[in-house]
Amino acid sequence: MTSQAGSQPVALARSAARERRRRVLGPLAGLSHAALLVWTALVVVPIAWTFLASVKTEDEIFGSAWSLPAVPRWDNWARAWEQAHVGRYMLNSVVVVGLGTAGTMLLGSMAAYVLARYRFRGDRAVYLLFVSGLAFPVYLALTPLFFVVRTMGSLPVIGPLIGLDSYGGLVLVYIAYSLPFTVFFLSAFFRTLPGAVAEAAFVDGASHARVFFQIMLPLARPGIVSITIFNVLGQWNQYQIPLVLLSGQSKDKWVLTQGIADISTAAGYDADWAALFAALSMAILPMLVVYTIFQRQIQAGLTAGALK
Amino acid sequence: MADRTRRSLTANRAAFTRARFIIGFLAAPVLLYLIYVISPYAQAFSIAMTDWRGVSAAPGFVGLANFQRLLGDGVFWTAVRHNGLLLVLMPIGTLVIALFFAFLLNAGGSTAASGVFGARFYRVVFFFPQVLAVAIVAVLFQQVFRPDESGMLNAPLIALGLEPVGFLSDPGVALWSILGVLIWQAVGFYVVLFSAGMASIPRELYEAAEIDGAGRGRLFFRVTLPLLWDTVQVGWIYLGIAALDVFAIVWVMTAEHGGPDHATTVMAAEIYRNAFQYFKFGYASAMGVVLFFFTVAFAAVALRLSRRERVEF
Repeated sequence: MTSQAGSQPVALARSAARERRRRVLGPLAGLSHAALLVWTALVVVPIAWTFLASVKTEDEIFGSAWSLPAVPRWDNWARAWEQAHVGRYMLNSVVVVGLGTAGTMLLGSMAAYVLARYRFRGDRAVYLLFVSGLAFPVYLALTPLFFVVRTMGSLPVIGPLIGLDSYGGLVLVYIAYSLPFTVFFLSAFFRTLPGAVAEAAFVDGASHARVFFQIMLPLARPGIVSITIFNVLGQWNQYQIPLVLLSGQSKDKWVLTQGIADISTAAGYDADWAALFAALSMAILPMLVVYTIFQRQIQAGLTAGALK
Repeated sequence: MADRTRRSLTANRAAFTRARFIIGFLAAPVLLYLIYVISPYAQAFSIAMTDWRGVSAAPGFVGLANFQRLLGDGVFWTAVRHNGLLLVLMPIGTLVIALFFAFLLNAGGSTAASGVFGARFYRVVFFFPQVLAVAIVAVLFQQVFRPDESGMLNAPLIALGLEPVGFLSDPGVALWSILGVLIWQAVGFYVVLFSAGMASIPRELYEAAEIDGAGRGRLFFRVTLPLLWDTVQVGWIYLGIAALDVFAIVWVMTAEHGGPDHATTVMAAEIYRNAFQYFKFGYASAMGVVLFFFTVAFAAVALRLSRRERVEF
């Protein structure tokens, strides 16, 4: 009795769903899917092909591109990690981007907060100074930037930490070049936050800095998350700036993009192609894994960043 | 009297702690920004007017001589032409493909107001290339484009008995290969961006238009596109600036960093080459100044051209 009463709506819903599906599979929807699947293949196949080539032997790679490896050669991956120093490059990228993003978020949110919520003489000028950085192509600054970092390197005591061929120099430059967008985006965000909670905290005797760190920063979390994603991806993908600031003499400090580009351009004919494919796969895999886990936040973060 | 003094003292102290806080919070970011961003940009304009080659202690002032030399530099103008071509074709290609897919994903279902089945999956996959570093994408496609049967694209051509295409070695093809990679990487981002924009268009508008007998094509051009225009404009400006800043794809992927025979070179590559391979810092900075004015001019023109009545909904 109960089962019969319960099964009727289920059956109805099911037939409605079938009906809907049949309509979806009409000619137009079919063509839509065909077009969408073609682009899916265009995206996935080159990446999958790279992974496949990473477990081939040299001979298999130079044979027909679409052949399958006889046996997967995982030693290519071991060679890329050890001999081509991909492990080292990846660690360098993690260190530089970790410090760079942390610094950007700390300094950027501090500046954005003050510029958004405090009126003082010159506030508008400082804000415009930051935002003007959005308009300039980085290639204009490239040459002088090299010399600025070189000059910083000759400072007493801290020089070696922030000069050319140092992590510190790269981190500071990453932070500085991430500031325009971070300040622009976050000051818009801080402006929209309600002031009542902060007022109450001031009345209770909280300091300006305390209100910022304990009240405003947590309130701004959605904006902070978006812009952090934006900065992590931007700094992780950086190639131009490390190319200028980390010379061939400091290969041990190279970042991942630089290292892999070098394996492919400088290697020449006696290159270890199998290891190159393995290195490439190693650079792609973590990004795809992280992206798949956080895809919702990454898409939201990047699109929010672009539209502001 | 004493009370008033005390009150003004408190006010003074509050103003002092407020100023101390403002300065304390701004000092580090402003200092860093002035040193690493503003000062290089400012210096670039003055370096552009010198014959500085890095080795000489005192760069000599040469006025506009570098710019004069630029006028006669064939390679530089080839680079400018390539950037110009990319500036037109990359945004058009990317925007058209992305708008098409975004519309399919959001209005390609059984009714005009419903998305196609699996829209979420497509959005996730299409976005893949966006999270890969440009330099990595360049190395990847260098392999895909290999000229013999070891290349992903040439293997089937050879198997069919056709001539392999010199994707990166044929001067007539190489720039198109670059364009293809640029579009390949950019499309996913704009699909997601436009999808977000389309999702905010009220469903009733589509339903009303459909009841009035509008087909999919009309729906797209009469409803979706006008309501999405602001977003498309943002996309156009972003892509245009990206086209002026192309570097890693060319530098990493092509032979001789812009070859074969300058067939793929771009302004950024010439700036880098002149500065850090030929050590002509003055000359490279002059190129940077030209690029700067191109960028500013493009942004101004783009904003002007795409200004339109804003549709409210």
